[in-house]
Amino acid sequence: MSTVNPNLTYNYKVVRQFAIMTVVWGIIGMSLGVLIASQLVWPSMNLDLPFTHFGRLRPLHTNAVIYGFGGCALFATSYYVVQRTCQTRLFSDGLAQFTFWGWQAILVAAVLTLPQGFTSTKEYAELEWPIDIMITLVWVSYAIVFFGTVTKRKAPHIYVANWFYGAFIITVAVLHVGNNLELPVSAFKSYSLYSGVTDAMMQWWWGHNAVGFFLTAGFLGMMYYFVPKQAERPVYSYRLSIVHFWALIATYVWAGGHHLHYSALPDWAQTAGMVMSLILLAPSWGGMINGMMTLSGAWHKLRTDPILRFLVVSLSFYGMSTFEGPMMAIKTVNALSHNTDWTIGHVHSGALGWVAMISIGAIYHLIPKLWGVRQMYSVSLINLHFWLATVGTVLYIVAMWVNGIMQGLMWRAVNSDGTLTYSFVESMEASAPGYFVRFLGGVVFVSGMLIMAYNVYKTVRQKDAVALDNSAAQVA
Amino acid sequence: MIPMDINEVRGIHTVLVMIAFLGICWWAYSARRSKANDEAAHLPFDDDDIDRRTLENEKTEKKQ
Repeated sequence: MSTVNPNLTYNYKVVRQFAIMTVVWGIIGMSLGVLIASQLVWPSMNLDLPFTHFGRLRPLHTNAVIYGFGGCALFATSYYVVQRTCQTRLFSDGLAQFTFWGWQAILVAAVLTLPQGFTSTKEYAELEWPIDIMITLVWVSYAIVFFGTVTKRKAPHIYVANWFYGAFIITVAVLHVGNNLELPVSAFKSYSLYSGVTDAMMQWWWGHNAVGFFLTAGFLGMMYYFVPKQAERPVYSYRLSIVHFWALIATYVWAGGHHLHYSALPDWAQTAGMVMSLILLAPSWGGMINGMMTLSGAWHKLRTDPILRFLVVSLSFYGMSTFEGPMMAIKTVNALSHNTDWTIGHVHSGALGWVAMISIGAIYHLIPKLWGVRQMYSVSLINLHFWLATVGTVLYIVAMWVNGIMQGLMWRAVNSDGTLTYSFVESMEASAPGYFVRFLGGVVFVSGMLIMAYNVYKTVRQKDAVALDNSAAQVA
Repeated sequence: MIPMDINEVRGIHTVLVMIAFLGICWWAYSARRSKANDEAAHLPFDDDDIDRRTLENEKTEKKQ
């Protein structure tokens, strides 16, 4: 564009830092997942130490994958996308650096405190109050950098990806502060300001929107930039993306009640949660179709481009899990699925299939661009990673579906005299093969991440050897 | 004044939300918006100049 300042450059430094840490935290968080999955197959894998107990490592696994892997991927891609689609440099390089080091410090604090048993016990918000304050500071800086950049944009429009990133940043700020209002009683112990069912409702208002905004809206922002960019064609329908945005953000905040079916939560609130979850199918599938149809006329690229394959398969998993979610939110289905492994299977179909796959695809797109080389060190290794990720995810979710439905059926089975047919231990025994398959799926998925780390390392190292100068040939 | 029942508030709320949703659809799909939508949809492809300059600048900075 002619209006753009001829000396303007992008801030790639912070994007590079977050991109590398995405891979690092991905490996840490997913390896922890494999470790705790192995504990459910071989209980002695807890090493008989308090620090390595399932109950302490499970929150560390979720924090490391959601905020470490997912969080770094969101920071990296949002900083990259907002600069490129606004045709301007980040609002503040210094503040962007602060968000990088601040976020890493928070993640290291999680690694240090959670295994020691410091926890506020709120799922996906376990970190204690001093770390909550750090998160708030970093998050406000993130919002300033992001919206500051949008404000000084050179392009007349705000691209739809930035709308999704923006909604994710604002909503997570509100939810984080709202849910974590607590009274500190010592340096590492606090109690929630809410009590009883109100506390539960606040927790799942946060918990489900950690899914809806952290793990969905942000990654939809990623989808709306990287799918068109990798397919080299604009999004299928920009108009649909506008309706998709408003419908999705207006509905998601209401869905949390479905985590509390048949609880002390007032019945109307449970029903509202269920109905809103069902409505969510429409915007979710609207977005999925919009992403998929972007490839119309370019389907042949899937044969040669494993990065595009990652992005498109992630959309298939997104479609699958956003169908499964509303179904599980129906009270009668939830009566079967609640507290079983079906829930864990559902979460991982979203987390591995959608969130991880789209992030991996985006990072493979980003790394060569950020280091000024034509493509990744090895495209065939990306392809190998794609198959490991797909096979790992399928093994995982199928094992959990089988286990979950079986557990649900065993727990509700009653004899003719009204006594329970099976004891809880019997259902655990029956689950053992599924737990092994789940462990196997996790190992396969993590091995893909290790291959990614090797490929990224080699790409970054080769930057001086294969110069950017060849990129003209690729464009032509 | 007749006191309003909570269910009336809910009914009005439903209607207002519906109007808002239909309004967004109408606005997004109106012919007036189609040029702006097209321009916005092409934003991911207008970003290569600054990208090239960023990488070139970094290369010369390193040589110095």
